[in-house]
Amino acid sequence: MARVVVDVMPKPEILDPQGQAVAGALGRLGIAGVADVRQGKHFELEVDDAVDDETLHRIAGQLLANPVIEDWTVTRTP
Amino acid sequence: MSRIGVITFPGSLDDVDAARAVRLAGGEPVELWHAEHDLRGVDAVVVPGGFSYGDYLRAGAIASLAPIMSEVLAAAGAGMPVLGICNGFQILCEAGLLPGALVRNAGLHFLCRDQRLLVESSATAWTTGYPAGTEIVVPIKHAEGRFVADADTLARLEGEGRVVFRYAGDNPNGSLSAIAGISSADGRVVGLMPHPEHAIEPLTGPTTDGLAMFRSVVEAAAAA
Repeated sequence: MARVVVDVMPKPEILDPQGQAVAGALGRLGIAGVADVRQGKHFELEVDDAVDDETLHRIAGQLLANPVIEDWTVTRTP
Repeated sequence: MSRIGVITFPGSLDDVDAARAVRLAGGEPVELWHAEHDLRGVDAVVVPGGFSYGDYLRAGAIASLAPIMSEVLAAAGAGMPVLGICNGFQILCEAGLLPGALVRNAGLHFLCRDQRLLVESSATAWTTGYPAGTEIVVPIKHAEGRFVADADTLARLEGEGRVVFRYAGDNPNGSLSAIAGISSADGRVVGLMPHPEHAIEPLTGPTTDGLAMFRSVVEAAAAA
């Protein structure tokens, strides 16, 4: 078995009001210096060694992310 | 009598209201279950609002892969009218039946209010009952109703007259070009965030403006 990490982020041109709300709340904590926050999703998959990269990108592009609004990266971790 | 299917997913909320709208429009509502591969010989399908699968992953993402949806995709490909309302619109976009996506409202708030809409196209299966340019008032209630699409898709939708509904007055959720609803290229599949099924009776709705959407399909199917 291998652990695979898929990170999904809203595309840069997509407004992320949740990230903006988080950034705004940081100010209320008294923390300065955070210019921007963008919120995404982090998936950890336990997959059989036989699952190839093409299949992993299918999983990411057809279900975990919506390619209309999101970008993703697939990383195999040792 | 026209038979109009209404799909129920786990977490659907407005399936009963949609069925009632079909009945008041003169059609026979037919219950369809998400886990089945059977459209029960219906003339058209409504994918109703709610929170299918608790909006897990993304609103509509899991429901778009439900067994019944492969039947809906095949039927839509053959020209069957399909209407997605609110979560149903999100499901149709996730399923690839309609372009674009629906994301968190620009102002982050869940919106629940009566909304003015401009009906910009009478050329779809679901809007023949409205003269183009009609202004209607129906409720909206959503947190993820901001329509987004890339520039090419937007130009195509506008150029081909596929923007069916546009928010009139304020743009409530930050939707691109104030788009509230769109159609497929053949005009058979329509999705919109506002809820026509909640504007069908004076007792419970702000208007009865939504009824003509259901009548459009019920009467066309009865005449066929």
